[in-house]
Amino acid sequence: MSDADVTRVVEEAFREEWGRVVATLIRLTGDWDLAEECAQDAFAQALARWPRDGVPRRPGAWLTTAARNRALDRFRRGATEEARLRALASAPADPDPEPAEEDHVPDDRLRLMFTCCHPALPLEAQVALTLRTLAGLTTAEIAAAFIVPEATMAQRLVRAKRKIRNAGIPYRVPPAHLLAERTAGVLGVLYVLFTEGYSASGGPSPARPELAAEAIRLARVLAGLMPDEPEALGLLALMLLQDSRRAARFDAAGDIVTLEFQDRAKWDHDEIEEGLRLLDDALARRRSGPYQVQAAIAACHATALDPDDTDWPQIAGLYARLARLAPSPVVELNRAVAVAMADGPLAGLRLVDTLRADGRLAGHHLLAATRADLLRRLGRTAEAAQSYEEALALAPTDAERRYLTRRLAETNGT
Amino acid sequence: MKYLLLVCVDESIEVSPEQADPEPWVEETERRGVRIDGHRLCAADDATTVRGGLVTQGPFAETKEQIAGFDIIDCADLDEAIEIASKHPVASFGAIEVRPFWPE
Repeated sequence: MSDADVTRVVEEAFREEWGRVVATLIRLTGDWDLAEECAQDAFAQALARWPRDGVPRRPGAWLTTAARNRALDRFRRGATEEARLRALASAPADPDPEPAEEDHVPDDRLRLMFTCCHPALPLEAQVALTLRTLAGLTTAEIAAAFIVPEATMAQRLVRAKRKIRNAGIPYRVPPAHLLAERTAGVLGVLYVLFTEGYSASGGPSPARPELAAEAIRLARVLAGLMPDEPEALGLLALMLLQDSRRAARFDAAGDIVTLEFQDRAKWDHDEIEEGLRLLDDALARRRSGPYQVQAAIAACHATALDPDDTDWPQIAGLYARLARLAPSPVVELNRAVAVAMADGPLAGLRLVDTLRADGRLAGHHLLAATRADLLRRLGRTAEAAQSYEEALALAPTDAERRYLTRRLAETNGT
Repeated sequence: MKYLLLVCVDESIEVSPEQADPEPWVEETERRGVRIDGHRLCAADDATTVRGGLVTQGPFAETKEQIAGFDIIDCADLDEAIEIASKHPVASFGAIEVRPFWPE
């Protein structure tokens, strides 16, 4: 195997195994910084030794053992109390080296996910900590993804780890009476991660596909670790169905192409297939939840042959259900769009104006943009132009501003 | 781990004595062996603040919610502390801040 091949294998192992190695080392040492350092060191050793000794049969077990040995070295050199040292030395990092028993290797990633997403941590810290410890992104990469200075992100991570230690946030999968509530928190963090990748909340690029891909990877891990949780399957299905439109959402110039005008041949049909299959699995468990409903909405779009084939009454009904399960003004806005498609723009405009009156979406460009579109379809061009201008002033990304500018010009031209 | 529970209420809110009665909670936490100490405090008007050598009347912070009492608990982790705090009667109409002791 060439050095280049080994580098590729180590990179692959990094993506696959980083979270598992860090999660195990945190359990064994109780020290988050040490766990990350030892994991990093194990991957560096792999880069040095695998070209010479060959790639081990089970790279993950090799890496975990290397990281644990490194932690032991550090503990022996430091003034670690005897009891802790003995616990680490005797703890089976990989209790069974036989591949046949691979399924029995404890997977600590679920503990790590629940701890990173503990409600006592601020949401932005939950997201950053998940990306650092489970996905292995560097502090610089996370800072770039959220457009904050690296020092700010570094401090956010330091504070979060300090709080976990000082406040005594337990490193575990929560007991049954807390599980539902805490699972919702984990799903929420992964979805924040995905939506931030799918449509960036600011900055020059309208989407960050690498962030969305990372969210999908983590959702896949979660769905694998919680196979009986339909909402975990629903979230993965939702992400895949939305992500399937990735290649069609922007044109060559980077301008937004709305669902209606997307080239459906460019949709990723493998992702759609997988998403639909996962959604069926989830729905078969007969425990509904907001992610399953959102995935069902995405599935309506994904399975429509062309825009006219879209089942808008079904989508409007699903949004009404979502509004009951997880009430939010954004859901109401989407419901208004679906109702406008099912029952005509005037019915949609009524819902939009109700929303506008309650003020919860004040300052949100999509409220003004939706209202503008409905007014345009009703032929009320002067009011439409005014709403487009309002939306334009609020839009967060360049692509959205260009889209709204185009629409405004069309409206003024007619 | 030890935590201080800061029991905070908006003093203008009227609650019935039964609703605010901490006795069942105190009994329960002492039976479990998690409550070390605690007490109800006089109203914020009765507080005196000493700052930079100056003595002023009233609490240190002019906020709507004021400290009405405190408890010190010793339990396994933050999840247990949250569970204990959420059962405190004040948690239903006021707020309880769960603050870990500085690590020794």
